[in-house]
This record gives sequence, C-alpha cells and structure tokens, in this order.
Amino acid sequence: MAKVTVDGITVEVPNGSTALQACEAAGKEIPRFCYHERLSIAGNCRMCLVEVEKAPKPVASCGFPIMDGMVIKTDTEVVRRARRAVMEFLLINHPLDCPICDQGGECDLQDQAYAYGGDHSRYAENKRAVKDKYLGPLVKTVMTRCIQCTRCVRFASEVAGVPELGATSRGENMEIGTYVEKALTSELSGNLIDICPVGALTSRPYAFTARPWELKKTDSIDATDATGTNIRVHARGPEVLRILPRTNDEVNEEWMADKGRFSIDGLKRKRLDRPWVRAHGRLHPATWQDAFVAIARAMQGVPGERIGAIVGDMCDAESMVALRDLMTALGSPNIDCRQDGAQYDLSRRDFYTFNSGIAGIEEADALLIVGADPRHDSPVINARIRKRWLAGAFPVGVIGAPASDLTYGYEVLGDQPSVLAGLIDGSLAFADALRGAKKPMIIVGQGALTRDDAAAVLAACWSLADAVGALSADWHGFNVLHQAASRVGALDLGLVPRAGARSVAGMMSGGVEVLWLLGADEFGAARIGPDTFVIYQGHHGDAGAARADVILPGATYVEKPGTYVNTEGRVQTAFQAVFPPGEAKEDWRILRAFSEVVGHTLPYDDLPAVRARLAEANPVFARQGLPRFGGGTGVAPAGDASALGSTPFGRAMGDYYLTNSISRASPTMQECSRTYSQPVLQAAE
Amino acid sequence: MSGQFPAENIGHGQPGHAPRPGEPAQPSAFAFDGESESLITGILAKYPEGKQASAVIPLLYVVQKQLGRETGSAWVPRVAMDVVAARLGMPPIRVYEVATFYLMFNTKPVGRYHLQVCTTTPCWLRGSDEVTRACREATGIRHWGETSEDGLFTMTEVECLGACANAPILQVNDDYYEDLDAGRTVELIQALRRGEPPAPGPTIDRFGSMPQGGRTTLLDVPDGEGPPPAHPATVEA
Repeated sequence: MAKVTVDGITVEVPNGSTALQACEAAGKEIPRFCYHERLSIAGNCRMCLVEVEKAPKPVASCGFPIMDGMVIKTDTEVVRRARRAVMEFLLINHPLDCPICDQGGECDLQDQAYAYGGDHSRYAENKRAVKDKYLGPLVKTVMTRCIQCTRCVRFASEVAGVPELGATSRGENMEIGTYVEKALTSELSGNLIDICPVGALTSRPYAFTARPWELKKTDSIDATDATGTNIRVHARGPEVLRILPRTNDEVNEEWMADKGRFSIDGLKRKRLDRPWVRAHGRLHPATWQDAFVAIARAMQGVPGERIGAIVGDMCDAESMVALRDLMTALGSPNIDCRQDGAQYDLSRRDFYTFNSGIAGIEEADALLIVGADPRHDSPVINARIRKRWLAGAFPVGVIGAPASDLTYGYEVLGDQPSVLAGLIDGSLAFADALRGAKKPMIIVGQGALTRDDAAAVLAACWSLADAVGALSADWHGFNVLHQAASRVGALDLGLVPRAGARSVAGMMSGGVEVLWLLGADEFGAARIGPDTFVIYQGHHGDAGAARADVILPGATYVEKPGTYVNTEGRVQTAFQAVFPPGEAKEDWRILRAFSEVVGHTLPYDDLPAVRARLAEANPVFARQGLPRFGGGTGVAPAGDASALGSTPFGRAMGDYYLTNSISRASPTMQECSRTYSQPVLQAAE
Repeated sequence: MSGQFPAENIGHGQPGHAPRPGEPAQPSAFAFDGESESLITGILAKYPEGKQASAVIPLLYVVQKQLGRETGSAWVPRVAMDVVAARLGMPPIRVYEVATFYLMFNTKPVGRYHLQVCTTTPCWLRGSDEVTRACREATGIRHWGETSEDGLFTMTEVECLGACANAPILQVNDDYYEDLDAGRTVELIQALRRGEPPAPGPTIDRFGSMPQGGRTTLLDVPDGEGPPPAHPATVEA
C-alpha cells in the first residue's frame, strides 16, 4: 500500500494503482473519456490531467503510477486551465448537434464540457466530417461525433474478443472503423453503445426515440438467457424503450448480451392481450370467465394422470410454483420444464448448477467445455472466460466443435463422448492440464445433456471432475451451463416428472388429454396429439398459442415482479417495469384465479404469500443471491459413466437471435438473424 | 491470439466489397512470389517465436515491392494486407491500421515513378516550389496525389525526408535526387520517361553532402611526424 495525498486528503491505495484511482479513492472526480475501468489504459484523451507535485507539467492521471508520498492536486488553476484547453481541442471537430444526438442528456462530452470546459470556442474554421460506418443492425454510427478515445476498439479486441475495429489513417484523417465494411460479429456489440462516451455509437433501434430523463428506470433481470444478467428497464408510459445492464461484478460485470438488450421491440408485437377460446376450429376472443369455464369443462372427468403441463424457458419462479401446486391439486404428476428434453439429476443442487460461479471463472486455471457453446449460450459468461484466458496460463479444451470461434484459444479434443473416457483414464494429453491445475473447471452444456446418453455424460463429467481434483473443499469445478432463464428455478422446484409420470415427449401424441403450456413454445407444438386439449398461458402468439384451444394472456418478464434463478443457482428478483397489455395478467394470478374455478383454490392471494410458498417449496428461494452448498462429498450423479454413446456432440441452440417468443417477434432480432446467422445466403447475393 | 483470423471478410452484413466511386478496383487475390518468400524468411527469422506481428512493416514493404515488380505500380492492395495478417497470425484490422498510418505505404495504385516532393521548410527555402512546378509541367499532373495520364508518374507531397543538407529533394520510388532546380527536375523526369533513370544522389557537382566543388577542410592527412597526442591516462602513469 502507498500513501498518497490528494488535495490535502491522505489515502492509502494498493501499489501499482494509478493517480486516477488514488483520486477516486479520495473522492475526487476526475473527468475522463478514454479511461474505462474494465479496459486497458490508452491515455489518449488527456482529459484526466492533474498536477503532481515535483512533476514539471500536468500528467494524465489514468496512466500515471502512484508512488508513496505522492502529492496530487486536482483543483488548481493549472489543472482547470489544462482541462479547459483539452476540452477546447476535443470540441474543435465535434459537431454542435446535441439537439439531434441520441446521446444528449447522458453524454460524457456534454456533461464534462459543461463542468470543465470553457464558455466559448475560439475556433472559426470548418469542422472535419467523417463518413459513417456500417457496424451491423444494432449499432448506429455518427462518426463525425467521434473523439477517438478508442474505447470501442479496446472493447472489441479485449472484452468481446472480435478484433475487428481499429483506428485507420492518421492525424486529422484518423477514423474509427472496420476498414472493410462489415457488421461486427459479436453478441456483445450493444455494449459499444454504453462505453462510447459521445454520440458516435448509439443504439440503432432506439434512435430518436426518447431522452434519458423521460424514462422510468426499473431494476430487473434478463430472462432471455440463463446468465441472470442484471438489467435496468427504461420505460416511458406503457412501453419499454430500452434495456441497459446494471453493474454486478458477481454476474455480468457491466456487460449485457445483444439478445436481451435488443429483443425488446418484440415486447409489443404479436402480443396476446385477451383470452381466446377455440370454437368450431377457430379461435374467438373471450372473457376470462369464458376461458376458465372452457378449460374447466375440458378437464371435467379427466383423471389427473391424463393432464400434463410444460413449463417454458422464460417463466418466473412464482408462476412455476403456482402451476406446480395447481397440477398437484388436480392430481397430475405430469409436469416438465425440459422443453429440449435435457436430462438432469435433481438429487443434489450442484448436479445442475454452475457451481464455480461466474466470478469464480477468474480463479480457475484450466477449463474443459463439454457440449457447450458459451459464446451463444451466454455471451457474458464467455466474455468472463476470455478475461481469464487473457490473464494467461489457462488451457481450454473443448469437446464438441463450437459453431464459431469462442474468442479465446482452445483445443478441440474431439466431438465424441469417448474423449471423456480418455480424459478420465489419463490417456489424452489434456488430462494432464486438468490434473496439473489447482482449480480445474468443467462446463457441461445443454448439448451434452440433451442426448440419449445424457445421464452417462453427466456422470462421466462428474467423475472426471472428481478425478482431476475439481471437487475439493474450497473449490467446486463442476458446472452446468444452462440456456433457459427459468430452468434452474424449475429444477429447484422439481418440475421434472417422477418415475411413472410423463415427460414432454410422453405428453405428445395423445399422451395426455389436457395439456397446459406455461409459456412453452420451443418443444415442437406440432407433435401434440390432435385430440389433446391445449391451454396456452403466455405472452406471445407463437407456436404454442397457434396450437392452443384456450389462450390465457400472461405477462413478459418486464411486466411482472418475478424471481429468477440463473445458471449459477443465484436467486434474483426482478421488479415490474410496465403493465401487461390489455387484459393480460401476471401469470401466478391467472393460475390462482383458475384454481378457484375448478375448486382447488391455491392458498395464496398476494405476492408475499406466493414467495412464502416458494421458500416453503425450496428454501433456496428464501435468500437472494447465491446460496452455497457443500462441495464434493463422494456422492455422484446417478448414471453409468461407462455407458457413453458414440453420437458426436451437437449444438443445443438453433439461431442465437431467435431462441424465445420475444426475440422471434422482434424485428431487430430478425434482422440480426438475417445478418449474422445466414452468411451463406448473404454471400450468394 | 485465438484460433484463426479469417483472411477474408466473413461476409456478414451489407455487401462491403464494391469500391465506392473514386476508389480503385482492388485485385481479388494476392500471393507472395518466390523472391518475396525468400525475403520473408529472412525477415521473420529476426523475431522470436510468437512475436511475428512485429514483422508487419517489413512485410508490407515486401508486398509493395512485389506489386511494383509485377504491375509497375508499387502499392498495397487490401487483399495483400489480409495475406500479411494471415501470415503473421494477427487480426486483419491491425494490419489495416499500420498500412493506413504510414504514408510510405500506398493504399491506392501509383504510377511507375512515384515522385515524392519534399516541401518542408529547408527544401521550401531552397526552392521546392520550383521543383513542384517543374514536376507538374513535365508530367501534366495538376494536383497532389494524382497520376499522370500515361500512368508513369504520381506526385505526392511529403514531409521532411531527412536530407536537408541537399535540399531540395525529390524522392523517386526509393531513390533520392538531390540539389534540384527546375531545369534538372525536368531533365530527370524526361530521363525517367525514356526508361533511363540516372544515378541517384546530388544532381550538382558534389559527392554526398560535401561542399560544392570539392572539400574545403581536412584536405591533408597528418604526415606522421612527431609523437601522437598522448592519452591523459598514460601521462599519469
């Protein structure tokens, strides 16, 4: 630690800190453009100039290492003049288009010009103009506004791992861009908008929509993947206008995947805003009462084991527990949350969660990825793996070739499950890398669990983890990477059919007479038997609603208070940002209301009561955050590790941009899909 | 770095390959020839394993030279930058950045003789305006950066070439022609047009940066009489 005096305040900061960090520790605000906590230091904007005693001239504090006894002054005439001068330089070529700029109101340049700049410009010459660049359907560019801080360049090459942005030419001709016109091939490109301190990179879908002060901000959780990204929903009136990430170093740092950020225009398209009942082969608008009566009539005389329920991928825990209670009351054991047919072992929680934790990735020193594509399963977790890889000494092995470059160095060990056996018996070279590591990590993806031999793969991965010392008292290196936001919560609630009950596949083709779909669209609705009475409770007119006999309009994740459990098993609460459209209701309320109609009234009337019921169903829901369980204690998942099949590992996710009903309804995601997921068609044009 | 960086644009998004109006047509392929390959072997050997990206500038020069040999126009097309990137295992954009930063790399085709006129202060004081005018008149080029109609000459205004003692200077491809005036510039260009490039160096009566008309100092060699000046250390002893 070193003692540094900043404006008379003495602070102690770790050795190797920069002057800027010392100033922040002392509570002094230092203006900056190019410096960003999570990126490398560039030192090219010069806005963070401070005076250091015995230094002959102002120094750029962002890149200036502190020394013990250093005296820094941030509020002297020299510093004020330096900042004014730097600001004048930055504004020489910056257009005065704040009134039509989307960054207006949340622009670092605007704020800092106001706080630290001069009151007029001495520059009468023409400003330079720069041609706008095409960076894809998500990021809009107005390059004339660029102040060349190179944050975007560093983000792309360091965090996103797609070194496609650069600064070409020099001096006044310097331009930020890709040189060859192309869309940025990153699932994290939306973060460029957040890190750009000016209006050069703004959101294309959000262009000219709103000013930041018009928006009501609500803290929420992203339900488009299983990362549990902390988000803030920005809404105006009934409409969600944009979603920004919230900082949570445990989960998403300050990044967010594009699907969660940009699929929001799907929230107001293809919505189910009133109940519908099918009569004579056609769906007709109905009242809630009619819809409930129609369901009750269809259920009349149907024994419990002929009723089934499938839970979708974006459900909140509240609605899932209500559905579970309803099914129990109706005497049905058939409830399944695994639309993709994945197999889990629910006997212990750490058999199906990401036990190292997302932040724990940074502690790991070797990684094996089995049947997962982290880049698409969870771009944010992939960025964390890349961050660890950049720190060095991090061998990564992959079983099952990923669909695209994972943005870090890795070795494809093969695509057969037999590779696992080779790693367990140590015959493969990569086994030594795992064995030699202090904290080895194994990530098992849905591609490994949606197979016939999934139980064997799971058991093999566990025994490999055990064999390489990944299951010690202070380190749990066995991880399951999920894709669905609702999955871990559903598994915590035990929404998997017990022995003798019907799974998703068993409910198809007439396996049940009445089928309740809670936001389930992705299991292949065409497989449902023609005589099955289907209730679709959800928010979008997607595959499930098209097949339904009764449609009960529900709420999306931004329209209801909900509890979500991410792939780590972290319990997080989302608040309601806007109201559901039309007659749509929060999902647990719908189930509660229906239960009364069929005479099995669920014993809760308000949200606290549902949450109390959740905690009663599984104590993990009683605690926000990440409840920890013991490490490996010799108990292994049921499953014969030697019964590995010979089918190569495949991908468990189709098109990244179109995985759920919201993103399928979103024009932005459709365009992304056209741009990024169908390159062959593009090339043929 | 991670995996393989694709040498070609992976074709996402809007078509970006068609040259904008005024942009030169880019060749569709580039490969190093034998001469270049032997140069590259020598260049890469200078850098330790894993630091090959350091060779980006020399390799871009190799490209430019090869294009000069092959087409008579020494420039670096984009596809060649991609080839360099693939060879050195670096992202293409990092090569684009270097190639566009240094003005010595021509990212557009140039004439067979690239006339680089120094107009920085010493050359300007010594008459670079005259050289510029002579170049324009002799080649028919009107503006900086243009190529003459016969495709032989391109005129570029460059900053100090570091040969101020011999100002004004005109660099033709890699050779310096020094101490020019209007008349000798025209003669030079006519010789180039005939395909008879004269020997580079001063165009007046001097060798290197020596005074005009011969040496004025250090005319005689000490005859060796008398003791050589003693080294202070030896005197002490």
